[in-house]
Amino acid sequence: MELVLAAGIGVLTASGVWLLFRPRTYQVIIGLSLLSYAVNLFIFGMGRLRVNAPPLLEPGGTGGLLTHTDPIPQALVLTAIVIGFAMTALFLVVLLASRGFTGTDHVDGRE
Amino acid sequence: MNGLHHLIVLPILLPLVTAAVLIPVDERNRTTKGVIGFVSTMLVFLAGVVLMRAAATSQDGASVYLLGNWPAPFGIVLVLDRLSALMLVLTSVLALATQAFSMSKWHRMGHHFHSLFQLMLAGLNGAFLTGDLFNLFVFFEMMLAASYGLLLHGSGPLRVKAGLHYIAVNLAASSLFLIGVSMIYGATGTLNMADLALRIGTIGPESRMLMEAGAALLGIAFLVKAGMWPLGFWLPAAYSAATPPVAAIFAILTKVGVYILLRLSLLLFGSDAGNSAGFGQPVLLYGGLLTIGFGAIGVLASQAMGRLAGYCVLVSSGTLMAAIGLGNGAVIGGALFYLVSSTLTICAFFLLIELVERARDAGADVLAVTMEAYGDIDENEEEKEEGVAVPGTMAVLGLCFSACAILLSGLPPLSGFLAKFAMLHGLFNPGSFGGAAPVSGAEWTYTALLILSGLAAMVAMNRVGIRTFWTSIEGTIPRVFLIEIAPVVMLLAVCAFLSLQAGSAMRYMDATAKALSEPQNYIGRVMSAPRAGPTGGE
Repeated sequence: MELVLAAGIGVLTASGVWLLFRPRTYQVIIGLSLLSYAVNLFIFGMGRLRVNAPPLLEPGGTGGLLTHTDPIPQALVLTAIVIGFAMTALFLVVLLASRGFTGTDHVDGRE
Repeated sequence: MNGLHHLIVLPILLPLVTAAVLIPVDERNRTTKGVIGFVSTMLVFLAGVVLMRAAATSQDGASVYLLGNWPAPFGIVLVLDRLSALMLVLTSVLALATQAFSMSKWHRMGHHFHSLFQLMLAGLNGAFLTGDLFNLFVFFEMMLAASYGLLLHGSGPLRVKAGLHYIAVNLAASSLFLIGVSMIYGATGTLNMADLALRIGTIGPESRMLMEAGAALLGIAFLVKAGMWPLGFWLPAAYSAATPPVAAIFAILTKVGVYILLRLSLLLFGSDAGNSAGFGQPVLLYGGLLTIGFGAIGVLASQAMGRLAGYCVLVSSGTLMAAIGLGNGAVIGGALFYLVSSTLTICAFFLLIELVERARDAGADVLAVTMEAYGDIDENEEEKEEGVAVPGTMAVLGLCFSACAILLSGLPPLSGFLAKFAMLHGLFNPGSFGGAAPVSGAEWTYTALLILSGLAAMVAMNRVGIRTFWTSIEGTIPRVFLIEIAPVVMLLAVCAFLSLQAGSAMRYMDATAKALSEPQNYIGRVMSAPRAGPTGGE
């Protein structure tokens, strides 16, 4: 599982960074999205990988690291997803505005 | 738990509520919106002053506000100490000036200017107050999201292009921020800054590497924001494309990066950090020196005043980063004074540029382009500008410009000189902050660059000033209204006031620097913060 997750984060980051450095705005926004997926998986991984361990306590129960997983990274991921989603939407609007003004999808507004 | 204690949360809540209230108000009532926003900022300013007085007089330094009444390392805390109180007051002074300025005409160039402005203030104040790394990320994003909107305010191809680059750079930096925060959490198991400072000294070598890698990534995110060379390439283009009131309030955005670098490097990597003590200081020092050099060259090379001011921002943050990197408490005291003085000056300069350039063809071109992009809706409104035209316009503008030049180049008698003098004095007389070690090569370089960057600013300002005020070919006198020049005069008057009251101001800054270099007090206050209400009763 560790290998799959690590490879997944690696591939997402590499593709994201490559696309981020491309000259088209559409490539940049896809690159940023891939990068944010990689970051979210990475935050999740920082809570250590566990199978069959819930992050929540039963009412009245006591928790421990043997039976439960760390809930904080999951809460962080949720916040990061929401913020990342909003930022992508905002960037999309700016991208369209730039396309409208310059007539090209080059990041500098000219070929 | 008195009323004063709850005042800590006001600088975040009030702008948030004001922004929400302003959104449904119709855009035709812009002046009403502006006045509501201005009153709200005024209240935040008064709260900031009260908090600053409380922070200055209390002996224990920091007061802690537990959000949701959760105990300290688990819940999110707001911490008010001398440094954050200082930043709160500085932010609201800049905000008051720029808001008043925007009400002359700039807030008409797009929608929701005042709501975005209030949201940015909420994000800024939150970033200054929070004592938690992830909460810092949230406030940081809030501030950035509002700043994207503000940068695009007024629209037009130039601004959209600059905005596109600005957003892309900042989104990439935010990814680094998140990676850094999660690595620090993975290594230490906490996100509370005070708790983190306690744990850093004791973590094992295998976690230490992870923690340092995380801190380095986090540092890069803040250095992008603060504009360190070579990460600050985006800054002059973005700042010179923004509308004047927006560029002026952006002067504080780079200082957020500087503030967090200062806070975290002294809190986390002080002498108690074990093997990590002093982590990242060489990067800050040499990066800061390079930034000053790059900024000074940029200042000399700039033709347009907007770019000149953008490079002044770089010089200012380079000076501050290098001062943090020197790791000398006495320099930090002077650097804080410099932070206040240079931010006020640059803000005033950004506002002044537009007034001065109004007479020139270049400025008129930009204005025409933006007007064209926005449409002709407001054409009939254009004639009935609020306020009174200022008599003796050129004399007033010239005086303000000379004051800016003196402040930027650090000549006596104004506060720019006092700030640089205080930093150099601290450099050569460490005094109460440790023994008198011999002055190193880096410190000599810092001294030289500090003085040379002042010279560069003076040369550039002289050139621009002569071209604008003495050899102007058009000879047209710009129409300047009271509401536009008053904020500039107010900001410069604050600088003059700082120069007159330099003694008490420096005492405050030195006490702040001393509290920062002895973080045990801060940590103790946060970790032992009492919960409100009947304790123990659930």
